[in-house]
Amino acid sequence: MSELEELLRETARQLLAEGSIELVIGYERGTLPLRTTPCFIRDPDQVERLVWNASCENNLATYLHRATGKVGIVAKGCDARSIVGEIVERQIAREDVVIIGVPCQGVIDRTKIEARLDGRDVLEADVSEGLITLRGEGFEETLNLGEVLSEGCVTCHHRDPTLYDVFIGEPSGGAVEDRDEYAAVQALEAQTADERWAYFANEFSRCIRCYACREACPCCYCAECFVDQTQPCWFGKGDDLSDVMAFHIVRAYHVAGRCLDCGACVRACPMHIDLRALVKKLEKDVRELYSYEAGLHLETVPPLATFQPDDPQEFIK
Amino acid sequence: MANGKWQIASLKIAAFLDDLLKAHRVFAPVKRDGLVSFEPIGRGDEALLGFRNSKRSPKEIFFPCSETLFAYQEGEITVVPLLEERRVIFGMRPCDARSLILLDKVFDAPDYQDPYYVARRENTVIIGLGCNRPLSTCFCTTVGGGPFAVDGLDLLFTDLGDRYLVEAITERGEALVADSPHFREETTADVNLKAEIAARAEQAVSGPSVEGVKEQLDGMYDDPFWDELHEKCLGCAVCTYLCPTCHCFDIVDEAVNAQGRRVRNWDSCQFPLFTLHASGHNPRPSGKERMRQRMMHKFRYFVENFGEVACVGCGRCVRECPVNLDIRAVIEAIRTS
Repeated sequence: MSELEELLRETARQLLAEGSIELVIGYERGTLPLRTTPCFIRDPDQVERLVWNASCENNLATYLHRATGKVGIVAKGCDARSIVGEIVERQIAREDVVIIGVPCQGVIDRTKIEARLDGRDVLEADVSEGLITLRGEGFEETLNLGEVLSEGCVTCHHRDPTLYDVFIGEPSGGAVEDRDEYAAVQALEAQTADERWAYFANEFSRCIRCYACREACPCCYCAECFVDQTQPCWFGKGDDLSDVMAFHIVRAYHVAGRCLDCGACVRACPMHIDLRALVKKLEKDVRELYSYEAGLHLETVPPLATFQPDDPQEFIK
Repeated sequence: MANGKWQIASLKIAAFLDDLLKAHRVFAPVKRDGLVSFEPIGRGDEALLGFRNSKRSPKEIFFPCSETLFAYQEGEITVVPLLEERRVIFGMRPCDARSLILLDKVFDAPDYQDPYYVARRENTVIIGLGCNRPLSTCFCTTVGGGPFAVDGLDLLFTDLGDRYLVEAITERGEALVADSPHFREETTADVNLKAEIAARAEQAVSGPSVEGVKEQLDGMYDDPFWDELHEKCLGCAVCTYLCPTCHCFDIVDEAVNAQGRRVRNWDSCQFPLFTLHASGHNPRPSGKERMRQRMMHKFRYFVENFGEVACVGCGRCVRECPVNLDIRAVIEAIRTS
């Protein structure tokens, strides 16, 4: 157990014991190597289950919509920004949540490891000092952690929570690597419309409509999603590519100006669809048009939730 | 029953598949965008032999995620004809083949035969590939299967390095091999080698026993057990859609004015919409009831109706659940609750 985990457990124990919260949402050890699993702890004696490491890949803020009572939540930088978004959008009340902030070294993208191992089964994995060691039947490989982090994590500038009630450990500082976070978006922008269409058509052709992207997303909290509506029925429910693409495009627009590139949808997708390309482009547009990054301030009104006469509007022809 | 045994050189597999392609549509594992799936191939050498298992289950070759049943326009109906082409699936894993035996109980039962499914089953010969190296998430042996089980297969291939041992399970399987020039007499040594590989593979598989789980579940409908189990479940359909035995569907009309089509789509008990009534009432209003349904259907109702659990231990839901809600742990928790 790391020192950070010890502090985390102690903090959770105190908060539960003194009755300032009824529930802690955090991570515990998973059943597979490189996995943790979200846990819900109500009993101070159960806090030993809590862990904090590079496999804490879920954005726990997605659980806050359904939680009742006063909740403590373990939050890395992106989780905390999602919580800010939920407060700004009045989905939760600030006083109902106690944010236990943790510094983040980035979370692992398991698909990158899968690609590196080409079908070999990881039976054990250790992360230490920026290296990850993977062991399985007849092999051991050590990689730089940076190589297998989620794309958004590598260039993330907000690894520490921007809003918290308790912060544990030492701040993480700036981005893991100093490179352009929009490189992939710019590469797509440089393509022709036909090329982009072909790229996205191929990506979304793999979609099985399991909606893991939507369910993992803290921004997706509509009581009834547009794609589930039947009267009127906006989209076909089958595997027709135009219906599938329409779902993803409309979902991307619904989270524009709210999505902060936490990557939860990307990691949840079992079909490895490049969902990030779409939402990152919108995140870039919002940043360029309105100088706005989601989830940083409780007071700032999100640009797409307001209108000012001097807003850029060249797009209206 | 057939009991022929042969061997084929690994290098001849592509030629064998090329021969099959002359009279069949052939599905085989291929890698596209980094993911393995069963897809129709155009040439024998497209088939991937060194794979663990496909991301999506090959159940969709019989029960596609979307299928048009008929189309209509101004009162005129165009029925989609039943499948007539002959098909071969090469390389199906024994767990997935076993799932077809379970799906047969639903779609090809004495009281109801689903014509679409039945036509596809009748026209498809299945060539299985034994699992020399099961994954750590596999638990086929605890749910009635095994890495070299033959239920649902017509032929079983076993990788022996530079050659495969081929065993006929059914006569239609045997017929594919009988006249082919690519196969030779097997040797006793190869048969013994296969037995060793199979025993080793079987040893490597572990998981929770399902013995007594049905009886436990009989008394657990209102148990507080379900109150917290679902808390971390996101409510997506990764588990049910990747599952080779899940078979729920929805039938919808996609219509504009007097023109449209009737489509059958996969559906999932994990979605609120699955049970939402027209009145607005939902008998399974939260994740609690939906998670309970998934476990009850697989390990209680299916056992009541058909005498077997509706799980083949392929481990897809274990590997792919976005929040690592591991069905093996749930089974174990039910057993010990």
